[in-house]
Amino acid sequence: MIEVENLVVRFGKGKAAMTAVDNVSFTVKTGEAFGLVGESGCGKTTILRCLAGLNQDWEGVIRIDGKQLTPKRERAFYKLAQIVFQDPYGSLHPRFTVNGTLMEPIKIHGLDRADERIDRVLKQVGLGPAFRFRYPHQLSGGQRQRVAIARALILEPKLMLLDEPTSALDVSVQAEILNLLTDIRDSTGLTFLLVSHDLSVVSHMCDRLAVMNHGQIYEELTVDDLVARRYREAYTRQLFEASLGYDKRLTTEQVKALDEAGA
Amino acid sequence: MIKPLLEVEDLNVTFRTPHRMVRAVRDISFTVGKEKVGIVGESGSGKSATGRAILKLTPGNGIVTAKRMQFEELDLANATEQDMLKVRGKRIGMILQDPKFSLDPVMRVGDQIAEALPPGLGRKEARERVLEVLQAVQIRNPERVYDLYPHECSGGMGQRVMIAMMLVPEPKLLIADEPTSALDVTVRMQVLAILDDLVSRRGLGLMFISHDLNLVATFCDRVLIMYAGRIVEECKASELRDAKHPYTQGLLASLPRIGERRKKLSTLVRDPAWAY
Repeated sequence: MIEVENLVVRFGKGKAAMTAVDNVSFTVKTGEAFGLVGESGCGKTTILRCLAGLNQDWEGVIRIDGKQLTPKRERAFYKLAQIVFQDPYGSLHPRFTVNGTLMEPIKIHGLDRADERIDRVLKQVGLGPAFRFRYPHQLSGGQRQRVAIARALILEPKLMLLDEPTSALDVSVQAEILNLLTDIRDSTGLTFLLVSHDLSVVSHMCDRLAVMNHGQIYEELTVDDLVARRYREAYTRQLFEASLGYDKRLTTEQVKALDEAGA
Repeated sequence: MIKPLLEVEDLNVTFRTPHRMVRAVRDISFTVGKEKVGIVGESGSGKSATGRAILKLTPGNGIVTAKRMQFEELDLANATEQDMLKVRGKRIGMILQDPKFSLDPVMRVGDQIAEALPPGLGRKEARERVLEVLQAVQIRNPERVYDLYPHECSGGMGQRVMIAMMLVPEPKLLIADEPTSALDVTVRMQVLAILDDLVSRRGLGLMFISHDLNLVATFCDRVLIMYAGRIVEECKASELRDAKHPYTQGLLASLPRIGERRKKLSTLVRDPAWAY
């Protein structure tokens, strides 16, 4: 579904230039759930934005569904791939009702049977028809994220790009949204690309993952390998252990290691 | 038993809003000794309101009442604003979530820390003291960091600067409100290690407010679980896994865990009775 080859993204010019994504290649098969994990600034969201067409300044090759993509996309592309953002408070238009938000993609793509589509997609994300004419401020964080997912689903895409879809939510709400995403994937066979800093979320949702740092993919492994601690990179180990919780002994070791690395 | 640093009995925080009164914290009682006490809950459970009420930093539309709020020899419940000026920062320190918003953006971090020093120190002496505390929070190159502005610091470094600043007056109690939530996991562990060290070495009391159950279970000594303004459960951090209250059990079950492949996460079914 996704093939990325030698993707490079640079920000800034001259002395201030920095390479956010440094020669990254990976592939995601159709129907697979693939995770991109790393800490802030590692370039994971930048990759997602390149795939989504939100960042048009990149070099390399990106193919989605076998078709090579140009930085600028055609309208048809957005029927193929949709994105869900991290912050459901920022990603919905505050002056649009749920209906307004969901009508937008329908109008842009000139789809028919708008009412039917909206009702169906709201049901799919677990919101009743009563939510159709509410404004974002009348919804909780979890409900907003459901609307954002509905907005992505309404075009019936084949690929869903998820940028930290639950990190702004409480744990109990996170569980609901993750379950919803699992349901959607089961019923539609969508391909997921999930960007997250949270290894436990990625290991719950994905089949395979890539660990990123400093704009590069350090290693690619299956979730089964991760769980069995069959990782090669010290950095993956660090992330893994940190996500298990606080451990004084390990942390003291890590602090030393980080200091030596000059971090 | 040793006398705890802080004793709170029947604390209530109520906010006036245009429509109704919101009871953010309801009749909670707890103590904090020279230990790491975690306060966990979801957003809106009243955990931050509790932390602020202790320092009397509740916003103007909030009403705080308590049967008893004793910090060492001082009666916080009846303390005047004048009394509180001698407590805030000096005897009870507070660390907030995001160093970006709690540091002055146009002042070098070293000078900000120096503001916390007792007055009357010479310039050179003050600088020496600041460099010392920067070293205490494991900043490797304190001379360089002294002259940085907050925007030149990384998140982890900013939070260490905050901790350093809080430590200068040598407080007895530290209230940390989500101190590591804005940080990356590996940096988070570093900051926690520093806090851990300070608590055990200086004999501080730490109130650690967090939404992260897993973190609190592994970092703190004791945990209070809050729901809808109440403490629904109190237990040793090491025994959190065997929590009794259905809310705590529900929260724990809804967490995805590495190595536990479940098709579905269990979701929390809220019982209105928990709030009463």
